[in-house]
Amino acid sequence: MTTYYTKSHEWIRVDGEQATVGITAHASEELGELVFVEAKDEGTEVAAGDAAAVVESVKAASDIYAPVAGTLAGFNEALSDDPTLVGKDPEGEGWIFRMTVANPDDLKGLLTAEQYKTL
Amino acid sequence: MTESLQRTPLYDLNLELGAKMVPFAGFEMPIQFPAGLMTEHLHTREKAGLFDVSHMGQIRIAAKSGDVKDAAAALETLVPADFVGLAAGRQRYGLLTNEEGGILDDLMVANMGKDLLVVVNAGCKVQDADRIEKALSDRCVVTRQFDRALMALQGPAAEAALAPLCPAVKDMRFMDVIETELSGVPVTVSRSGYTGEDGFEIGCAGADADRVARAILAQADVLPIGLGARDSLRLEAGLCLYGNDIDVTTTPVEAALGWAIQKARREGGVREGGYPGADVVLKQTRDGVARKRVGLMAEGRAPVRAGAKLFADAEGQKEIGVVTSGAFGPSVKAPVAMGYIASDYAALDTPVFAELRGKYVPLHVRAMPFVAPGFKR
Repeated sequence: MTTYYTKSHEWIRVDGEQATVGITAHASEELGELVFVEAKDEGTEVAAGDAAAVVESVKAASDIYAPVAGTLAGFNEALSDDPTLVGKDPEGEGWIFRMTVANPDDLKGLLTAEQYKTL
Repeated sequence: MTESLQRTPLYDLNLELGAKMVPFAGFEMPIQFPAGLMTEHLHTREKAGLFDVSHMGQIRIAAKSGDVKDAAAALETLVPADFVGLAAGRQRYGLLTNEEGGILDDLMVANMGKDLLVVVNAGCKVQDADRIEKALSDRCVVTRQFDRALMALQGPAAEAALAPLCPAVKDMRFMDVIETELSGVPVTVSRSGYTGEDGFEIGCAGADADRVARAILAQADVLPIGLGARDSLRLEAGLCLYGNDIDVTTTPVEAALGWAIQKARREGGVREGGYPGADVVLKQTRDGVARKRVGLMAEGRAPVRAGAKLFADAEGQKEIGVVTSGAFGPSVKAPVAMGYIASDYAALDTPVFAELRGKYVPLHVRAMPFVAPGFKR
């Protein structure tokens, strides 16, 4: 499994064509405590950079973008009951959605952990 | 940004306290402190929070005759409120209206005994002062005190925090105003605010602001609070934000602020009308209005925000209004909003729908405030 990052502060952990997506600890800190998280329906096809989910703090809503093209494959239902999970463990229990990656080669265009840290 | 932002007298202290600063109404203001918006909001409801609101405008109006009643009568020509009947040491909310009955600003007016102290919104203060000065200058001296500081101490622990520094506050009740000293600094104190909680607003010279703020922050249970929590607190309290919920396109009647027009200024009152747009406001009071400001609560957890369109049906066929303020209410623990809705749908508990990311989420018209007020009457 490899984890990649985006400039818009998502992470994507990939195992073959199956991937899990969330927001980075840095993004979570910037947003503050979340009060609502919602992803588009399972089966929705997304292009890289399409809004695939939304996270809301008290003050504002922020889109979460698909890091690469693919098909949404499920939402972390635990966040419906407790959206603060994202803040508690952004890169673990607080994952947001799963997706099937259309073209694994697209991942090469994303950032490595090292590259993301130097942003 | 070409125009440089102004700073309040508490700018350095805000930075020292770790504030995240943002531009607001031409000022660099603290949006939140390290505690974060959610904690700041809840702390204010449970204990006490100190807000820097020095960006707001303080204006003094003194009658040339020396009689404060003359200043009150003069201001009544611009604001549909009963200021002549406002006793010395008392404060009242009012609306500055235009010829169409639209709202130019909302303001707090205090009878200080010798003159009036008016507090207006930051974004409107120059325009307000110009308007007041132009209309009243034959009878009154209008003094802009824009270099003065203003801070709000809000929450159930506010009195306990302020009393050791300023014992006179213990005898004040909601909407009282006094001139006193706080740790030796001359201040104006009103028992009012913008959170729905008990609390005080403290005005002082800019040069004294740092000292006053530090003295208050040193008290038990007081945290600095940013504009972010101020917004969610006032929304839960059902209070209008000028520019969002009221503006020149809304009238006092549409905004459901008829309570701010006292009996003396209403139809049949001893000083009926006599302010800009009075014909419109009197007619609307008599005949009703096509739309009204109402409170809204969502059923799910998804916050419905300003700008969301309101519909009568879940399919988005019949548009009936718009949300003007909306957020997740940290104390209510649910999404809360206010907006304008066609009067046919304005009755309490009417089900309506808001457009949210292509879906239509169910809401109900609900009474405001969304939280029980903590005022000391």
